[in-house]
Amino acid sequence: MRRRLSTLLLHLVLIAGAVAAIAPIAWMFAASLMPDGQANAEPPPLLPHPATLNQYRALFARLDIGRPLLNSTILASAVTAISLLLNSMAGYAFARLRFRGRDRVFSLLLAALVIPAQVAMLPLFLMLKSMGLVNTYLGVIVPGMASIFGIFLVRQFALSIPQELLDAARVDGASEWRIYRSVVLPLLRPILVTLGVFVFMGTWNDFMWPLIVLTDDSMYTLPVALANLMGEHFQDTELMMAGAVVTVLPVLILFLAMQRSYIEGIMMGSLKE
Amino acid sequence: MRSLHRGEARAGWLLAAPALLVIAAFFLLPVAAGFALSVTDFDIYSIGDPDLVRIVGAANYRTLFSEPLFWKALKNTLYFVLLGVPATMGVALAAALGVTSGVTRLKPVFRTVYFAPVVTTLVAVAVVWRYLYHPRFGLINGFLGFLGVDPIAWLADPRWAMPAIVLLAVWKNFGYTMIIFVAGLQAIPEQLYEAARLDGASAWQRFRHITLPGLAPTTTFVAVITVIGYFQLFAEPYVMTSGGGPVNATLSVVLYMFKEGFRWWNIGYAAAVAFVLFWIVLAVTLLQTAARRRAER
Repeated sequence: MRRRLSTLLLHLVLIAGAVAAIAPIAWMFAASLMPDGQANAEPPPLLPHPATLNQYRALFARLDIGRPLLNSTILASAVTAISLLLNSMAGYAFARLRFRGRDRVFSLLLAALVIPAQVAMLPLFLMLKSMGLVNTYLGVIVPGMASIFGIFLVRQFALSIPQELLDAARVDGASEWRIYRSVVLPLLRPILVTLGVFVFMGTWNDFMWPLIVLTDDSMYTLPVALANLMGEHFQDTELMMAGAVVTVLPVLILFLAMQRSYIEGIMMGSLKE
Repeated sequence: MRSLHRGEARAGWLLAAPALLVIAAFFLLPVAAGFALSVTDFDIYSIGDPDLVRIVGAANYRTLFSEPLFWKALKNTLYFVLLGVPATMGVALAAALGVTSGVTRLKPVFRTVYFAPVVTTLVAVAVVWRYLYHPRFGLINGFLGFLGVDPIAWLADPRWAMPAIVLLAVWKNFGYTMIIFVAGLQAIPEQLYEAARLDGASAWQRFRHITLPGLAPTTTFVAVITVIGYFQLFAEPYVMTSGGGPVNATLSVVLYMFKEGFRWWNIGYAAAVAFVLFWIVLAVTLLQTAARRRAER
């Protein structure tokens, strides 16, 4: 009896937590479907009545949110593709190739993990400005092309590649590049999927750096465009919620589709620190 | 065999080089340059004509430490960290214990739902929460009113603005921390619990003497990454309180740096702000890891 009571109690608490976790997201969707002004009422309505797609029409037709959507898609895809290549090469090298200074360089990289990214931003901006990369796609892509965390994640995984397998390939006369291409990369596939999801979401959601380096409306990513939109349309709650949905929905779908490898990646990154 | 090894070493460097070059050129070099900038008077005129830059030594740091607004930003950031880190970790631990308790068969469902806020775009949910906190039409005051609590001005009230941002941060981040705690919990051997049960230990005793010590390494790791992350508070006040209001109650160190550096182009001065942040984060990280090492001994 006591056991059943505590089970019930635990479920109630877990469900209350779930409601609290979901409510803001659910309300965002609901309010985005409301006609103009409906969300501004006491008490706040929970469901649209009637539901309408007018806010989305306004966003795409009048406010051209398609442009930042395109920018975000291009940038997140480019950073993901390039960083997967570079991080997988380096991660494998640090895990399985024996070269002098390897461990020292790697521990230096790990130590650099405590440096907040903002410390680099002012000089980086001046540097990219002198290279003519301010307000270009490259200005966003270049600093994201490799990451310490990505190298670390790939290395942890690559440590499980059996040395005999690599030695056997060498005895067969395969070049080192060939070994990476045909033996290592296929084995790294699971962690590359995880890292890919990580990087894509990270780039998509990033705010401060795109805000700094992109200066034209036409170059803005979704988060920057959304923050900008709020300046003019703060009163239009329903419109702003539709903008938030357009920003969040792609990564939310990506997460739901890939959640297993994403969550396993976090666990891997946290173990064996 | 020897030539084989030489080929391997060369390949090692070649494969690592592109990533290392990117990190060196676009992260480590700017960090070093940031320190150099922080002892100059680099400003908007220097962007046009770098010859105007003068080395001013510690002048930026002196200005900084006598600037009330910087202290305000630092105090706000510490308040956010001190309130936000324990709250996030506490909620995350409770959630982790809940979803792994073995009582519920819905574990994957709860895990997914609790994790959903983590993957949302911070700017977008900050926008959403800004409306949730609306004094009259916001869902949060609506809910509180249902419980009989008087409406709170939240983001317009200097006392409540920062706690409101903390609440958003806890909501957004606890799922991430929860997953790390779940990994830590799964690493604790089940036999320990069984032995304790046979000895008649209560649920609280098992938690106190097995779960908590078993989680110690995880807890340190989580505390370090959460502290580092929370010191970088920026997007929430940028979006929710129009850049640090009301009366600078939510102005954070990074936001202050951003305004000085990228709004007023006081680049040398802003670089000094960034470096103070760096030293604080480094000191706190070292303290936390040292505390853990002592506890282990």
